[in-house]
Amino acid sequence: MNTDAQSLDLSRRAFLAGAAGASICVIAPSARATPEAMAQAITDFTGGKPVKEGRVVVDIPVLLESGHSVPTIVRVDSPMSPQNYVRAIALFNERNPQPNVGVFHLTPRSGRAWVSTRIRLGDSQKVVAVAQMSDGSFASGSIDVIVTLPACVEGA
Amino acid sequence: MARALINVPAKAKKGEIVEIKTLLSHPMETGFRPAADGKLVPRNIIKRFVCTYDGEAVFSADLFPAISANPFLSFTLVATNSGVITFSWTDDNDETQVQTAKIEVV
Amino acid sequence: MRAQWILPACVMLLAANSARAEIPLHERKSGAEFMSPQTQAMQADDVSNPGMLAALDGEAFWKQKAGAANKACADCHGPAEESMKGVSARYPAFNASASKPIDVQGQVNQCRSERQQAAPFRFESRELLALTTYIGLQSRGMPVSPPDDERLTLFRERGKALFNQRLGQLNFSCAHCHEDNWGRKLGSAPIPQAHANSYPIYRLEWQDVGSLQRRLRNCMTGVRAEAYSYGSPEFIELELFLAARARGMSVETPGVRP
Repeated sequence: MNTDAQSLDLSRRAFLAGAAGASICVIAPSARATPEAMAQAITDFTGGKPVKEGRVVVDIPVLLESGHSVPTIVRVDSPMSPQNYVRAIALFNERNPQPNVGVFHLTPRSGRAWVSTRIRLGDSQKVVAVAQMSDGSFASGSIDVIVTLPACVEGA
Repeated sequence: MARALINVPAKAKKGEIVEIKTLLSHPMETGFRPAADGKLVPRNIIKRFVCTYDGEAVFSADLFPAISANPFLSFTLVATNSGVITFSWTDDNDETQVQTAKIEVV
Repeated sequence: MRAQWILPACVMLLAANSARAEIPLHERKSGAEFMSPQTQAMQADDVSNPGMLAALDGEAFWKQKAGAANKACADCHGPAEESMKGVSARYPAFNASASKPIDVQGQVNQCRSERQQAAPFRFESRELLALTTYIGLQSRGMPVSPPDDERLTLFRERGKALFNQRLGQLNFSCAHCHEDNWGRKLGSAPIPQAHANSYPIYRLEWQDVGSLQRRLRNCMTGVRAEAYSYGSPEFIELELFLAARARGMSVETPGVRP
């Protein structure tokens, strides 16, 4: 049993309760990541170095029938030679409870800069992948996806 | 013990890039989900995955609660020599599960 | 949340079409055909299909001794690959000692009590789902073949009546969605024909495997009805009718569904 949806509902209640009581209490911690939180998580990964857009493809269908297990492929244009390879691929989102999804560490023995996994997306949002190259530079790619629900879910 | 499914081609040509697939049974509890009593279920996720090929780490991953339950990871490796490929998953309690597969390189 | 706009939408589409017709055999489609290519691929490959983890679990339970009799399923039945082949394709079946039809999970629990002298598994327990998934897997690719047993007829007819019975605050029957309006959409989700040829399924929403009864309970919640209890006669009757309705379709266990 799950679910993220329930946890988001709880978060929303917590947020509404917080909002209602805002005049009398301190601000509650953010219920979700935000584009700003994602930007900060990316900065933590890159150490503030510049990130060039391109060379990185996040392959997720734009329209998703469920956010619970989203097949996600990231590939980076790289020769993956001992001299020139992708050292790491980090995956981020902007509207889950946390901005981090995963960091994948590759080596020249990977052969291809390619990783496939399944992720949770609590809502329609942007998913960003940032690749760290062996020369220390960074590149990124992103996709905006729409998350829908199947009919007659358990938590309805 | 959690169940794991792994796909490593039994045979490969030297220098061939092979696709590896792994699937582990694990709830990946996010720590954000309330139980029936309204209290949050404590976080319990696979936080680290390592794949070694003849003892050398060739692929690894740091995972967060946004990875789906029953974590699936697929990646590629260069088939360099016949040997053992080891997969290990470590959870929040620092318990590690190890699984191995053999590859024959011709 | 999203349900708030799904409900008016489905009231409208159901009002548009109220003629009742059984789906002809050549038009029968598995729920898998209504899924995204990604979810189809997840089901199609055994190392990608999370339901196979439950089947692996089931294989272990099959060989594990249990109860006062200290017997494993394998001690009586031998390798499941042989003895369980086709079993899930023909269940529910009439059980003479119980004088009523039982489904595979009922049969597993009857073996537990009578042969192994062990406590029955809870509905939706890991053990029961694992064993029924493993048993179901042995019928994968075989046609759904409900037995031609006249002792089942009355129960199957009751199941058919339940399938066509309006229920819940929305006052819909199963047939309103799954016979009259399959292929159309409920919100963004396609309405499948509701064939029970893939259970237990790994439902992405559940992030786990679950039984046909769990899925039927989700449907009942969807129409705002009070769901039948696990193991109730109504569910067995519905399962009997659904098996007849899916006759000839391939068993897909373990299916993956959104």
